[in-house]
Amino acid sequence: MTEPGTPGNPPPPGAIVHAEGLAKTHRGDRAPVHAVRDVDLTVREGEFVAITGPSGAGKSTLLHLVGGLERPDAGRLWIGGERVDGHGEARWAVLRRRSVGIVFQFFNLVSHLTVADNVELPALLAGATPRAARASRAELLAELGLQGRENALPGALSGGEQQRVALARALVNRPALLLADEPAGSLDSKGTRDVLRLLARFHARGQTILMVTHDARMASAADRVISFFDGRIADDATLGEPAPARPGVTGVLDLKD
Amino acid sequence: MRQQLLALLTRGPAHGYELKQGLEQLLGSAYPQPNVGQVYVTLGRLEKSGLIEGEDVEQTGRPNKRIYRLTDAGREAVAAWFEDTTDEPRVRDGFFMKLALAPLSGLADPIALINRQRRQHLNTMRSLSRLAAGEDRDNKIAQLLIEGAMLHLQADLDWLERCQEELE
Repeated sequence: MTEPGTPGNPPPPGAIVHAEGLAKTHRGDRAPVHAVRDVDLTVREGEFVAITGPSGAGKSTLLHLVGGLERPDAGRLWIGGERVDGHGEARWAVLRRRSVGIVFQFFNLVSHLTVADNVELPALLAGATPRAARASRAELLAELGLQGRENALPGALSGGEQQRVALARALVNRPALLLADEPAGSLDSKGTRDVLRLLARFHARGQTILMVTHDARMASAADRVISFFDGRIADDATLGEPAPARPGVTGVLDLKD
Repeated sequence: MRQQLLALLTRGPAHGYELKQGLEQLLGSAYPQPNVGQVYVTLGRLEKSGLIEGEDVEQTGRPNKRIYRLTDAGREAVAAWFEDTTDEPRVRDGFFMKLALAPLSGLADPIALINRQRRQHLNTMRSLSRLAAGEDRDNKIAQLLIEGAMLHLQADLDWLERCQEELE
């Protein structure tokens, strides 16, 4: 296995995420858990990729490695062409602010800040002027159907609304990559549909998305579905090609008398 | 199609084409469109078995149309249909048999079978999502039909995941 930081070939052009031999083992009180084992992964610009698999398969760890929330034990990682596996926390913080937006299952909004401040804060931290931060925030909240909620505290919102605020926060700096970790995992079916619709809309405008989900409906909105088992990629399927074989949709819907 | 046509006739007499349109409006574009020929054949059979009766109505400048109404026996048949519970859909036994027999045949890898089946399910799920998005949002019956198909498929995918965990 390769130590982080060792030289490697440059990533293919157009790769927003490029990982080679990525590995992560969790060592706690019990036996070590090999959450990610020697994973190669490339996500190209504009792709919407879903990672599915049973709980405990390591799919969230993989996403955390790509977002710099955990550090790999081995392997090489590039984000937007920049080699990042040797980055420390400070450089990752800058990278996330500028290039990687993240939404989580439990929203992780700052509970004592208003909706507007939650969304503007990362823009201000990234160096936007207050006026520009306000303008971006207003545009995104309108887009996400949250006008009139600017001054609410997150606790006063429904789960679906909180996740939309989290999406606005993740996108306010126009990141090259959006990471989503079970983004509908704690939402009801309406909230799930809304998040799905919004992700599809941003994707249609060119947003690159890498999403972890156990929900096949969410996964099937992606262009590509990676099945993750036991720390490894078991299958990597591009959807929509070839056309689904018999029996297809009408067969599924063909109710018996 | 027998039961649907009988149940539609509980709201009043109708001719074949009206019944076809009634089904289409109710179930939406997701449901396979009933074939008009099949509707007429089924109506003929229902009439023969005494569940409905038909009456020809003259139309000026066009062929007669046949209006059907439910008989008492037909009404009873509809009530009995509602009274019965419905059988569960069958587990995908075609795939299950392949999975069970692949290892001993030596001709197919079970994990490859699972991966291929998952791809098909995911593509079908994608088509269902598109159907749901294209269907009238206010047509609750049609939306529920598609959602039901998606939930079944979700269960099939969860089951494939279990198979993969156990067989890998």
